[in-house]
Amino acid sequence: MSAPATRLKPRPLSPHLQIYKPIPTMVMSILHRITGGALYVGTLLVAWWVSAAAGSESYFDWVSGIVGSWFGQLVLFGFSWALMFHLLGGIRHLIWDTGSYMEKHTATKLAIATMIGSIVLTLAVWAAVVAMRSAA
Amino acid sequence: MKKSSDMRTALGRVRGLGAAREGTGHFWAIRLTSIALVPLTFFVVGLLFALNGAGYAEMRSILGNPLVSMMLLATIGASLYHMWLGMQDILLDYAHGEASKYGLLILNTFFCIAIGAICAFSLLKIAFGV
Repeated sequence: MSAPATRLKPRPLSPHLQIYKPIPTMVMSILHRITGGALYVGTLLVAWWVSAAAGSESYFDWVSGIVGSWFGQLVLFGFSWALMFHLLGGIRHLIWDTGSYMEKHTATKLAIATMIGSIVLTLAVWAAVVAMRSAA
Repeated sequence: MKKSSDMRTALGRVRGLGAAREGTGHFWAIRLTSIALVPLTFFVVGLLFALNGAGYAEMRSILGNPLVSMMLLATIGASLYHMWLGMQDILLDYAHGEASKYGLLILNTFFCIAIGAICAFSLLKIAFGV
């Protein structure tokens, strides 16, 4: 006995991301995952740089040239923001693990603070780098 | 054998699978590594400041410093364990097919171990001056 044709229809799924209006905590949540994934891939670059440092001077200079190019610096800037964002997001999760700051409006404020904090920290780090380079 | 107090479903009984007995292990390991990575991240950022503009020889002498080398090895260990666990979460959420799920979980482990091997070997090579 064959199953009725209606059984071949896909089972209904619960509403997903695109159904809901984005709110700060939700945007921060998915960005935490995306930045985590980006940092995961970014470890390839870390491994490349560290292994170049362990290699010959000429090879390291070649890698440094790529890192120092505008494209390399752009990737590094993005990596540093992802790192700061994921770092602050992680601290936010550790705070939430204690059961604190979980009320709706407090959680929203904390989410916005994470976003602003990550941008401020990233710009501060790069301002320091630029200042050090121009002083050198 | 089968008691009326058995809470498992019929399918669960057939498969003979119960709780994985891992409890909060995954959750705890993510938290533990994240706590370690907060100060370690600041250490790495500070180190990169110190390396900014340094030449090949100076950079290698800084990376070869025993304390710096051990801190970096700890950072790499904590980071890779953390991202291995995190990627597992992502894969289990989004990879639905059995083949793709297990394939990607295996690749995740291989990737993390490969990155760890490259970084650890390189740092030790610099530190031991070979």
